[in-house]
Amino acid sequence: MTESAVADTRRLNSKPQDLTDAYGPPSNFLEIDVYDPQIIGVGRSRYTTYEVRMRTNLPIFKLKDSCVRRRYSDFEWLKNELERDSKIVVPPLPGKALKRQLPFRGDEGLFEESFIEERRSGLEQFINRIAGHPLAQNERCLHMFLQEESIDRNYIPGKV
Amino acid sequence: SGLFVQIIITAMSFFGFGQSADIDIVLNDAETRKKAEHKSEDGRKDKYFLFYDGETVSGKVNVTLKYPGKRLEHNGIKIEFIGQIELYYDRGNHHEFVSLVKDLARPGELTQSQTFDFEFTHVEKPYESYTGQNVKLRYFLRATVSRRLNDISKELDIVVHTLSTYPELNSSIKMEVGIEDCLHIEFEYNKSKYHLKDVIVGKIYFLLVRIKIRHMEIDIIKRETTGTGPNVYHENDTIAKYEIMDGAPVRGESIPIRLFLAGYEMTPTMRDINKKFSVRYYLNLVLIDEEERRYFKQQEITLWRKGDIVRKSMSHQAAIASQRFEGSSNPERSQSQSNEEGDS
Repeated sequence: MTESAVADTRRLNSKPQDLTDAYGPPSNFLEIDVYDPQIIGVGRSRYTTYEVRMRTNLPIFKLKDSCVRRRYSDFEWLKNELERDSKIVVPPLPGKALKRQLPFRGDEGLFEESFIEERRSGLEQFINRIAGHPLAQNERCLHMFLQEESIDRNYIPGKV
Repeated sequence: SGLFVQIIITAMSFFGFGQSADIDIVLNDAETRKKAEHKSEDGRKDKYFLFYDGETVSGKVNVTLKYPGKRLEHNGIKIEFIGQIELYYDRGNHHEFVSLVKDLARPGELTQSQTFDFEFTHVEKPYESYTGQNVKLRYFLRATVSRRLNDISKELDIVVHTLSTYPELNSSIKMEVGIEDCLHIEFEYNKSKYHLKDVIVGKIYFLLVRIKIRHMEIDIIKRETTGTGPNVYHENDTIAKYEIMDGAPVRGESIPIRLFLAGYEMTPTMRDINKKFSVRYYLNLVLIDEEERRYFKQQEITLWRKGDIVRKSMSHQAAIASQRFEGSSNPERSQSQSNEEGDS
């Protein structure tokens, strides 16, 4: 090979991109909405549930569109399962707000509108970050949380 | 009274009243020899005379008496050419791999300042000078006037570069990697051995993208390894971070790479130098997704130092340059980019 003073900087050959790939729908669509807070029950045993709606085209999820109702303790359960079984660094949940559960508050406590909104937003961020993680997508607990009507706390943990 | 005089002379040299001398080492080709920049341990960049393997090192040692008229008694004058490796965690031990000595004067005395010629013919300099994080390899001349109580010596450091020619075999690096069902890419770098002023030309082809990628970069990592056996220590240093893609790619997309190495401070790859240390370089392809998660693939490359070539005429250079740009639609590629199995 002859030495030359000018380096060869030509691009390597590439396959031209298929138009269906260029203009096709993205294969990484994943959106989870946490919305519609509802207060269930009466008196001291009231709690808030949220609708968790997932839309995706990732093949690892059985349902491309799913809708379930979950409460804060369900999110806590999911966080604990993932911390135990998966190798990911689980993002933080919005706060537990124990103070809001004490009596003699001037406001609605756990059911204060602004607090519910803050919590809803934090839960939405939390679940979106987790569901997008390739290592979390392997876990049965995540699929059960997102796509089964109720969470079976006696389930057998494992990989999908 | 002989002993009395001896005590006085000893006391005089102890208090600095004895004769002393300055030593100066001057190379014969100091006017014509090129100098090269080399970073010292404290980070300062200095210029030193540049030598290659096999070159003769010759010059003069000037011994200048501090107090003219007084004699300088000595136990011999010599000059050494030394190549040594110094591990920072073991400073006391210098491992000399080249050690040559020439006697300039037998024990005696100097009555006046004197100049001595020396020549180390065709000296072997098998390794390149290197100053790193935990190890230093240096070459130097050391002239010594031996004396009973304290020697007078002077060192002159030089820098050695090791040159290579274009490797006969220089296959491209081509590999398909990924995370099952999430991300599959095929990456290709045009060569596995690059010289220090070379260009890394390559591409990343996306076969499957099921994660949201925010950007992609190539890092050049230098790894200095010192020690042997159970005491091996790696020091990693990211020399460069070069963004090659901003935004989310889709399946079928091809991202080009063009990374000019001349802008970075690097050395040739050094493997197991005198069984004491290694300096190796890696390309790290890093993809970062929307959640700051990093996916990466590291690949070693071999760096070598090319000798400077005589500049060809401007018109010849222009002819080559125009060929390069016109050749973009030309499917023919130069020999070094032929389809061979990539190194792993």
